[in-house]
Amino acid sequence: MKNKEQWLTASQIRNKTIVGLISLFAFCAVCFFGWRWLHNQPKDAGALKPLRTVLNANESIFSGMFSNNHLSKTFSKELAAPRVRVNGDVGVGKDFDTAQWKLQLIRNAGDTQYISLAEIKALPKTEIIFDFKCIEGWSQVTHWGGVRYSDFIKKYGLDTQSKLQFTGLHTPDNEYYVGIDNKSMMHPQTLLCYEMNGKPLPMNQGAPLRLIIPVKYGVKHLKRIGTIFFSSQRPPDYWYERGYDYYCGL
Amino acid sequence: MKKIVKKHPLAIRWFHWLNFPVLAVMIWSGMLIYWANDVYKLGWGDKTVLKFFPDSFNKALNIPFRLAEGMNLHFVFMWVFALNGLLYFLYLVFSGEWKLLAPGKKSWKEAWQVLLHDLRIRKEMPPKKKYNAAQRIAYTAVLIMGFLMLLTGLAIYKPAQLYWLCAMLGGYEWARAEHFIITILFVLFFVIHIIQVVLAGWNNFRGMVTGFEVVPGEKEPSAKDAATVNQSSDHHPNQAI
Repeated sequence: MKNKEQWLTASQIRNKTIVGLISLFAFCAVCFFGWRWLHNQPKDAGALKPLRTVLNANESIFSGMFSNNHLSKTFSKELAAPRVRVNGDVGVGKDFDTAQWKLQLIRNAGDTQYISLAEIKALPKTEIIFDFKCIEGWSQVTHWGGVRYSDFIKKYGLDTQSKLQFTGLHTPDNEYYVGIDNKSMMHPQTLLCYEMNGKPLPMNQGAPLRLIIPVKYGVKHLKRIGTIFFSSQRPPDYWYERGYDYYCGL
Repeated sequence: MKKIVKKHPLAIRWFHWLNFPVLAVMIWSGMLIYWANDVYKLGWGDKTVLKFFPDSFNKALNIPFRLAEGMNLHFVFMWVFALNGLLYFLYLVFSGEWKLLAPGKKSWKEAWQVLLHDLRIRKEMPPKKKYNAAQRIAYTAVLIMGFLMLLTGLAIYKPAQLYWLCAMLGGYEWARAEHFIITILFVLFFVIHIIQVVLAGWNNFRGMVTGFEVVPGEKEPSAKDAATVNQSSDHHPNQAI
């Protein structure tokens, strides 16, 4: 231990101690003013700008590990909750005539196609029982049925559009809206969903057609799809505008 | 003249002090997030001994309805927490400091003796180097907890991409519970740590600020001896390890 030892006078010890304490004090000051600086920064879509910058960087880092081979865990039917939690009704107003509904598909600017539920149901049906994850932190094993989004894209000849970076979805009343990267949309577990627990989708779960996208938090599983469009820019997103992460990828 | 002994290298002091604000931000933002689904409690059946957290506690700290803010802070400062922990771990390995930290064969028995000593039941402390056996176990446990914090955190952050990690930890909801439990353990560690630091006194605290501790009760050597001691310490600062 000898060479870790030193003999110092009392004043030398005092000086070293003062230098150390001043450094610690300076460190505390940097933390304090750094925190205050952070909270004085302007906001970008409801989030402090420096935080938003890092969230966007996180997206580029973690979307790099995204793969269609990475699947959300699936469960057997018995494990699906009979009573499915309802969490939010923005854009899913009660006076809505599902019989009159048609999906408004904006293929390109000025080229809109209207698709009926029967036409969607004519496509091959896919079911999934997975652990639905809410951004609030709860999760629930639930059972959904519908058309794989990638099947829909193929059937309607939208390969070029799906190569753009984003898809935007709106409710018929435009009250709720999400933007999602097309890599996640084309994931094999993403559904245009018209059934829950083997029965037609209930009104409060977004009848007649909603999105189920297990690689995202619940906020992106838009209920009652009115419009689908494609974009190379981030489409508007309801919760993003309220300070949440845009990507929300799981 | 007083004898001092080098205790904490500069790097370790930086890792240590940086952890303080970073953990504070991580725990605070974690509480903002946890509020949105605050389902954990201590108790059995219908009996609740302690709810995490009582409404009055949330209200007093102005926690409700700040989920987005909490997530944003959490997913930014996670990088600082992870990098600081990783650098600390690498430093321990490559500097050899780990030998002073990792518990050995005798540590479990000695840690018990340290506990008895700290509780004033036993008079003598077992022999120690930089850390006593209880410290070795506690500080190593904290390092492991930090690592588990990263793993459980990643599992709930990317449960689909890291499905294997999530499955390894018992699934999404278990990983979240584990993440929470480790946080509570961190807080308990912090409380005990602060108490022990206060009890250990100024000389020990100064060790983490300046890097050295004054060795009590050592007699001043002659000027010639002091010179040789100083010289050797300049040449081989790390040889004692």
